[in-house]
Amino acid sequence: MKPVTYVRAGSVAEAAAAHAGRPEARYLGGGTNLVDLMKLGVERPDVLIDITRLPLDQVEESPDGALRIGATVRNTDLAAHPLVRERYPVLSQAVLSGASGQLRNVATTAGNLLQRTRCAYFQDLAKPCNKRVPGSGCGALDGVNRDHAVLGHSEHCVATHPSDLAVALAALDAVVEMAGPGGGRTVELTEFHRLPQDSPDQDTVIRPGELITGVLLPPLPGGAVSRYRKARDRASYAFALASVAAAVQVEGGVVRHIGVAFGGLAHRPWRARRTEAALLGSAPTPEAVAQAVDAELAAAVPLRDNAYKVSLARDLAREVLGSLIARS
Amino acid sequence: MGPSPSALGAPVERREGRAKVTGAAKYATEYAPPGRVHAWPVPATVARGKVVSFDVSAALALPGVLAVLTPESAARLADAGDPTLAVLQDSQVPHHGWPVALAVAETLETARAAAGAVRVRYATEPHDVTLTRDHPQAYSPEEVNGGHPGERRQGDPEGAFADAAVRVDVSYAVPPLHNHPMEPHGATALWQDDVLTVFDSSQGGDTVRAVLAKLFTLPEERVSVVCEHVGGGFGSKGTPRPHVVLAALAARHTGRPVQLTLSRRELTELVGHRAPTLHRVRLGARPDGTLTSLIHEATTHTSRVKEFVEQAAVPARVMYAGGSSRTSHRVVALDVPTPSWMRAPGETPGMYALESAVDELACALGMDPIDLRVCNEPPAEPDSGRPFSSRHLVECLRDGAARFGWAERDPRSGVRRSGPWLTGTGVAAATYPVLLSPSRATVTAHPDGLYVVRLNATDIGTGARTVLTQIAAEALGVGVESVRTEIGVTGLPRAPLAGGSAGTASWGWAVHEACRSLAGQLADRSGPLPPGGLTASADTEGTANAESPYARHAFGAHFAEVAVDTDTGEVRVRRLLGVYAAGRILNARTARSQFIGGMVMGLGMALTEGGSVDPASGAFIGSDLAGYHVPSHADVPAIEAHWIDEKDPHLNPMGSKGIGEIGIVGTAAAIGNAVHHATGVRFRELPLTPDRVHV
Repeated sequence: MKPVTYVRAGSVAEAAAAHAGRPEARYLGGGTNLVDLMKLGVERPDVLIDITRLPLDQVEESPDGALRIGATVRNTDLAAHPLVRERYPVLSQAVLSGASGQLRNVATTAGNLLQRTRCAYFQDLAKPCNKRVPGSGCGALDGVNRDHAVLGHSEHCVATHPSDLAVALAALDAVVEMAGPGGGRTVELTEFHRLPQDSPDQDTVIRPGELITGVLLPPLPGGAVSRYRKARDRASYAFALASVAAAVQVEGGVVRHIGVAFGGLAHRPWRARRTEAALLGSAPTPEAVAQAVDAELAAAVPLRDNAYKVSLARDLAREVLGSLIARS
Repeated sequence: MGPSPSALGAPVERREGRAKVTGAAKYATEYAPPGRVHAWPVPATVARGKVVSFDVSAALALPGVLAVLTPESAARLADAGDPTLAVLQDSQVPHHGWPVALAVAETLETARAAAGAVRVRYATEPHDVTLTRDHPQAYSPEEVNGGHPGERRQGDPEGAFADAAVRVDVSYAVPPLHNHPMEPHGATALWQDDVLTVFDSSQGGDTVRAVLAKLFTLPEERVSVVCEHVGGGFGSKGTPRPHVVLAALAARHTGRPVQLTLSRRELTELVGHRAPTLHRVRLGARPDGTLTSLIHEATTHTSRVKEFVEQAAVPARVMYAGGSSRTSHRVVALDVPTPSWMRAPGETPGMYALESAVDELACALGMDPIDLRVCNEPPAEPDSGRPFSSRHLVECLRDGAARFGWAERDPRSGVRRSGPWLTGTGVAAATYPVLLSPSRATVTAHPDGLYVVRLNATDIGTGARTVLTQIAAEALGVGVESVRTEIGVTGLPRAPLAGGSAGTASWGWAVHEACRSLAGQLADRSGPLPPGGLTASADTEGTANAESPYARHAFGAHFAEVAVDTDTGEVRVRRLLGVYAAGRILNARTARSQFIGGMVMGLGMALTEGGSVDPASGAFIGSDLAGYHVPSHADVPAIEAHWIDEKDPHLNPMGSKGIGEIGIVGTAAAIGNAVHHATGVRFRELPLTPDRVHV
């Protein structure tokens, strides 16, 4: 049995000090995923550094109108925050569509971004999984892969990222703030999560010992509207089969701002740059929207069991974009 | 004076409700005998082959590890007639998840770590875990679950089908389903002077005792089984499961009390599942709706450990009049975990297929599906020719139709649109047999006015303790507050398990008889009772299990309203309504709970539940409660359960039929039929998740 040391950090510096030189240390937020994975033997940390007492639990407005979400803001508090609900409905909706009320009460913003895939092969020590044991193979590639990726996957990994929140953040041009041994740095959320390529064990670009301190949300242009929609197997407490987050501003019949991201389709929140490029600066007719969505999904390569995801994502995106354009 | 609040039928609250909600009620692995240690199984990670060698050195080196049991070190077990219990007896691996070793340690965490540290080398053989309609190894079994013949034939069904004016020939698929009771299977076992005591999570303590006595070659008196509170079973705890045998083996080996709780994932491979079923149903009818041919063929799997055949074509032998019929089963033994009972085995998948096909026939005839059922109402049980003891299916359909607003239904499918939603309604019938087993019971009148009822019944969460108290109170002519019911431990008068919707009827018959006998003795006597009280007993052997000249079944009608999101293919149930004819309802509160619980489980079967077997490893995967989707609260709409006042003198002294299972039986078909009515598309494979429904 592997003993685990528990450390409660009072500051970012204390947290970093506790992590230094301990490659098997893990920061503990809500623990809703990490503790499950410890029970399964997938995660085997030697130190748990509890960061929930760090002063990172506020949602603050900066002078330039951006919103800074602290790393330890609980999902429930984030979804209910008046400024989030008013300015970024897509984010509030995404959070509320995830997990269950009990889980959202403890899950944190940073923890949500760092949660691991729910791929059943990843969670089962007896199965091959390149994400868990590099070089062991991918059980899902020819296995039960109804829930798996259709975009950006590789022969080494077909897992999806399970977050709803991250999909909304991807559509909103969010920026991840980190503190670390080498000092602070920021990374665009869309660059924070990786595609699997030949090293699916690396979910994100975070470096050993680095700690997410917050997420920065730039202001949306005036008149922009946003929305999140998710398709799932049951009405609550189920991961997205496919989801869409979008923020759109239409002015004078022309798209002036657009951010679109898919969830449930890839190893990371999938920013739909092709869709955006096709629509930005043009008149968003239903035909144009349909073509723009298809342009993104043309790259999809379904697996044996998940071809449905492509048409499901297409219909979700058309509906969400159509409704936002009509409202904007 | 109105009826006494203790009268049979009254909504008496669960007697142990307070103990449960305050945590005082003890479940099998909440007992902690002094010196108690923990066990954790090592599951096979291959689907077929044998263990070549173990390396247990790393496991034994962990501080606090007491033993790693393997087939070499575990005690020999005698044959108890259930090969799924022959654990740690040889090196064969019959399916993924089969326990090949067992770690025992001072703490749960150490036991788990030790199990993980056992290195197992296998010689694997090619495995086959995939059920197909035309599997070359499929065969026709003589007998299917419940002791029913594998095939029954009446008349010339193929010829009648070929000649029929209106025909449907359709296939349906139901995936493997998991019981997943809230309390996982667990046991605490201890040996004292060659007496084995187990606290087990089981639906029947006397069965556990009998089987353990056989396995360990002990007289039954030297085995004691406690099942005081059980957090659900749905059939998966009907007979002993491997966990209790493993706990007893480990306790014998180490000389310490041993506790073992299966993890949620282990349940799927060690306690049984509802086997997948592939159905072909052919119905032939005259233009007026009269059925002339009914052919129901069900194909399913079993394991290589033992034959268990889901009796999915059996309910078709009960349901409809009509000249010719064939109901048959085929089964193939695959390298899969052994299937077992799950709530209304046979009836649930069988009636999904049959009642969906009846709906398809109604559409083909252009006939209302209720009218179609009514016009094929049989005068006697179609397959056996026996008269029904009571059958009020038509009343259930009519009453349900009135409550549901069926008369206003537009029969056209795919035409009710509101935004992205298409809505529709559906109906299906349900049936479940009346089963009975003999039971014993005693009741003692004490001088202080207390009556104590004793029998080894099991309350698996249904309210058995409460309803038996009501049965006793009515038979004694006293209030429920004067009656205490002691159940859940061997040594009490022998009683059958809680299963087959037969518990209350079987136990209650003996309780009723004992109480009537005692009431008679009390009426004949004068003067104070002796200090030890006056006891009467009953044994219904030979009466409760006597062959009945009647076909005895409960019936029901399910109604569902669904909305289908055309953007996503998400199906959401908006209303469910069930009306049941199940004899006399003995407790309105707990009965409603049983009916509604069955309907929720049927909703899960229709929309969200399905086990997945990984072809490469032969494992059920993603089968914890995050991956195996039982309905969440948000999935469960307003549900109504009603019953009609059915009087049947051919059942038992209470006049009751079982109610634990019929609520699930027709629910999935009603929902599936509603989805067709909403969309105009017939989906014939469950569950109706967006990957299937989105088009």
